[in-house]
Amino acid sequence: MNTGRVAAIVLRQFYLTRGSITRTVPLFVWVAIDIVLWGFITKYLNSVSSAGFDFVPVLLGAVLLWDFFTRVMQGVTMAFFEDVWSRNFLNLFASPLTITEYLTGLVITSVITSAVGLVVMIVLAAAVFGLSFNSYGAMLVALVLVLFLFGIALGVAACAIVLRFGPSAEWFVWPIPGLLSPFAGVFYPIATLPRWMQAIAAILPPSHVFEGLRAVVAGGAVVPARLGIAAALAVVYVLGACWLFTRVYRQAVRIGLIARYSAESLA
Amino acid sequence: MTVLSVTGIRKVYNDVVAVDEVSFDVNAGEIVGLLGPNGAGKTTTINMILGVLEPTAGTIRIKGCDLVTHRRDALARTNFAAVYAPVPGNLTVAQNLRFFGLLYGVTRLAERIDTLIAQFDLDRFRNVKCGVLSSGEQTRVSLAKAMLNRPTLLLLDEPTASLDPDTADWVRSRLERYRDTVEEVCDRVLFLSHGRILLEGNPKTLPSEHGKDTLEELFITVAREPLTLEP
Repeated sequence: MNTGRVAAIVLRQFYLTRGSITRTVPLFVWVAIDIVLWGFITKYLNSVSSAGFDFVPVLLGAVLLWDFFTRVMQGVTMAFFEDVWSRNFLNLFASPLTITEYLTGLVITSVITSAVGLVVMIVLAAAVFGLSFNSYGAMLVALVLVLFLFGIALGVAACAIVLRFGPSAEWFVWPIPGLLSPFAGVFYPIATLPRWMQAIAAILPPSHVFEGLRAVVAGGAVVPARLGIAAALAVVYVLGACWLFTRVYRQAVRIGLIARYSAESLA
Repeated sequence: MTVLSVTGIRKVYNDVVAVDEVSFDVNAGEIVGLLGPNGAGKTTTINMILGVLEPTAGTIRIKGCDLVTHRRDALARTNFAAVYAPVPGNLTVAQNLRFFGLLYGVTRLAERIDTLIAQFDLDRFRNVKCGVLSSGEQTRVSLAKAMLNRPTLLLLDEPTASLDPDTADWVRSRLERYRDTVEEVCDRVLFLSHGRILLEGNPKTLPSEHGKDTLEELFITVAREPLTLEP
C-alpha cells in the first residue's frame, strides 16, 4: 500500500472541508442538537422518575454512541460521495490508486470526521448534562471500537451500493442507521423485541454493544463472550463490505460503469 | 521501443460488439491518432487502455507491463486528458494538481506543480476552484494534470473539443509537436469503424492511397461507406 496515495484521498477531503461551511457544520451541529435534545429528555425523566434511576448514562450515553456510529458510517459515505458528485471516478481509477488504498483513505477520513463529532458530543454531554464516563469503565473503549468497525462496514457497503446503482441510490444509504436502530436496542433491552426481531438483533454488533452498556450502567459487567461475538461480527462485516465493494468495482470495470458513471446507472 | 502494445482487444456489451480484435503498437516518441465516426470504438479503446474498462478478450501492455497483472506499474507511466473527465470542480487548480500528483507518486511535487502552472498559463487561477473556470481554462488544468507524472504514454481524447478556435490553437501550441491538423500532428493514424481498425498509415499518404485528396474526405468515407474501404 502506498501511503502517498492514501494521503491524497485524505488531503482531498481536508481541502473540501476546510473553508466549506456546508461541510464543516454537519460534522458537529447535528450531533450537538441530538445531545441537547436527549439531554433535556433524560433530565425530565430523572425528575419524574420515582425510583431514583439515573437516565443520563443509559439514554444519553446510548444516544452518544449511536450518533458516533452513524457519523462513522457517514464519514465514509460522504467522502465517497464527493467523488460521485464531482464525477471523479474516471480520473481516480485511471491512476495507480488501488481499491485498498482508496478504501483506506475513506476510512481514515471517517476516523477524523467522526472524532470531531465524538469530541463535541462528549464535551457537551459531560459539561451540560453531567454525563460521567467513569460509570462505563474501561470497557467503553471496546464498545466504541466495535461500533466504529460496524460503522466502517456499513459505510463501505453503502458505497458499494451507490457505485453499483448510481448516484440516485444515495437515498438507499441515508436511512440505513434508522432501519437498523429498532433492532440495535439503543434505548431498550433486546428482550423487549419479538422473537424474529431478536434473531436479527443477534447478528448486529450494536445490539451486543448496547446490551453491554446497559449491563455496565446497572452495576454489572459486559459479558466477555458477548463482546467477543460483537467484535467478531464487526470484523466479519468489515471484511464482507470490502469484499462487496471490490466485487462491485470489478463488475463496474467489466460493464463500463466507471467510464460512464452518471445519474442513472447501467443497472 | 514499444510503449503501448494492444493485442486483439475486443469489447462486447451483451450482443453489441463495441471493439473487435483491435491490435496496434505505439513506439516511444510516436504520436498515433485514433480516428473514426461517433460510436466507432475510439473512447472504448482508450478506456480499456486506461484500465477503467475490462476487455472481453485481448491484452494491453504499457512499457511491457501487462495492464491486468501489473496495473499499478502500467498506470503509473500513463496519464490522460479527456473533455468528459474534467478534474474535480470543487478543488482549486493547485489543490487538484497536488491531489493527482500524490496519486501518481510525483517526486518534488511542489516544484512540478509550479512548472506546470507556468507552462499552462494557470498562475492567475492557482487558487481558483476549477468548477468556475471556462472550458478552455479547465482543459488547460486537465492537460497540466495529464503531464504531472511525465507520462510515457499520454492519451488525449478530443483535447480541444468544445473550445473556441483561438483557445484550441493555444492548447495545441502547448503540446509538443501538436500542430494545426491531424496530418501535421500524427506520425500514424488508425481509422476505426464499427469497432475495427479499417485503415492504418501515414496521415500524409493515406488519403491518396485510397483515392482521396484529403484526410477529411477519407474520414467522411470511413464514416459513411466503410465497406468500400474494406481491405
